[in-house]
Amino acid sequence: MAALLRVDGVSKSFRGLLALNDVSFDVAERGIAALIGPNGAGKTTLFNVIAGVFRPDRGTVCLGDADITGRRPDRICHAGIGRTFQLVKPFAQMTVLENVTVAALHGVRGVTEAKAAARGFLELLELDTRAGQHAANLTLPDRKRLEVARALATGPRLLLLDEVMAGLRPSETDRMVATLRRLRDETGLTILLIEHVMRAVMALSERITVLHHGEKISEGAPERIVRDPAVLECYLGDQEL
Amino acid sequence: MKSIDLFLSPLSASGRWLGAVFLVAMLLLPYWGSSYVMTVATTVFYLALVGQSWNLMLGFAGLLSIGHALFVGVGAYSSAYLFSAIGLPPAIGVVPAVALSVLIGLLIGYLGFRFAIGGVYFALLTIAFAEFVRIVVDHVPWLGATEGFFLKVSAADRYGIDLANLRGAPEMYYYLIMALALGALVLCRYLLRSRLGYYWQAIRDDPEAAEALGVNLLRYKMYAVAISSGMAGVAGVFYAFYQNSLFPEIVFNIERSIEVTLGSIVGGVGTLFGPIFGTFILTPLGELVTEGIDLLKHWRVIDPETKLDGLKLLVWSFIVVLIVLFKPTGLWPWVCDRLRLTRPGAEG
Repeated sequence: MAALLRVDGVSKSFRGLLALNDVSFDVAERGIAALIGPNGAGKTTLFNVIAGVFRPDRGTVCLGDADITGRRPDRICHAGIGRTFQLVKPFAQMTVLENVTVAALHGVRGVTEAKAAARGFLELLELDTRAGQHAANLTLPDRKRLEVARALATGPRLLLLDEVMAGLRPSETDRMVATLRRLRDETGLTILLIEHVMRAVMALSERITVLHHGEKISEGAPERIVRDPAVLECYLGDQEL
Repeated sequence: MKSIDLFLSPLSASGRWLGAVFLVAMLLLPYWGSSYVMTVATTVFYLALVGQSWNLMLGFAGLLSIGHALFVGVGAYSSAYLFSAIGLPPAIGVVPAVALSVLIGLLIGYLGFRFAIGGVYFALLTIAFAEFVRIVVDHVPWLGATEGFFLKVSAADRYGIDLANLRGAPEMYYYLIMALALGALVLCRYLLRSRLGYYWQAIRDDPEAAEALGVNLLRYKMYAVAISSGMAGVAGVFYAFYQNSLFPEIVFNIERSIEVTLGSIVGGVGTLFGPIFGTFILTPLGELVTEGIDLLKHWRVIDPETKLDGLKLLVWSFIVVLIVLFKPTGLWPWVCDRLRLTRPGAEG
């Protein structure tokens, strides 16, 4: 299938520290792909480059036919990329429903319509009972769900999920996995996720890209990745030792 | 009826009653209050109007302005000048006057937001512009410079109603500023429930997340500054024709900019009724302090020669310190809660 997201030769350094070095990978339309790697591998930096927070020093990011490299985050959202934040960013003084309504306002005529749409996303993420609460009072797992609900409410073609399973119980993780899979099947959403919870990565992703020290060290189907010596080495250290 | 319902919906039954009693009392004020009480009440509504405009920027959109005297002053000076120079009645002059306020607001906003001057630094920028304009007006002879700019008032102007020229009895000024302040309240309520309000609050709570959800930060911050400076400009036109004398040292003084923030801080930043509620506490209190001192001097309890001009500000500052320490979200949410003025889950 055709690639929806194409990251080509992206490099990004901060004050001389190379965070991403010539990273290239594709995410197929309607695919679910994962980005894994040890802490500090550059996963979140890569997300921020895709979402427009950082402009890459070199390389391009394309969504469908459009080159979105270096566009502003709000433009990239309008282009069809919804993202969550690893360090959750709820609008603390607004209610859960209002949080999602902000996201749903794009592309609808008014607040009433956006609110109705927002309620749908709250139900989907099992947050409907929290709708009237201030986001500041949510537990961390609920805040993670809120991140997903908000990103979905922008009506994206590509959803970027940054560690949204962290802190969820295994049963909750399974439900989230089922929800995401259903979304993909029913709406044709494409998903790219950063995840440490291997239970979720293995259950969801059709393709995994592994980053280490800002470089892509492996790529492929999940079964292949878990047996790749290079991947095992970066996670577990040299087997010879 | 829908718009009225939108306005009243979060109030509980007791809240509606209290609101109605308050409104009737204020409407009938000219019949039971002395001319002094009228003057104080006019000041209260005037400060509530400017406070509402300031609160729109900080409380709704998270933009701190300590230069609101600038927008008020520009509205005041330009409408007064147009009236004196070419006889343009303020009812029409309000349009170019407010336009100029908005333009200056947009200029400051653009400089601040385009170059990512945020938070306290943006506040400094607003102070800098206010001071800059004060010094400029100080040196412009056709605006009266430091000598002040005066509007002619004849004895006959003190009677009747001439809204077009803003000339008339004190009651006219009172009802006008009351209508403007309540109008600003209704406008803010409407804005807060609109797309703008949602985007502003999102920007206030987390600009990075707002941007990721498709909110154009520059555009919506500019809207906030434009609407806020426009409201302040309207207040300025009223101020000019109510006072009839404008001095740069008074109009553009940073004290004016700070004064308009106090009501909102005491009432509750980001709430709709906070600015009005806060000024209703602070302004009469300040008057009580001044009157009390005069009385004590009259009774020779304190030496009549003692200079105590700053005491009002001292009392206000003390109250603000208490609020910040014990009720940082302001008195209005607390009063609402205590008296059950709003329905659960709703904010007034």
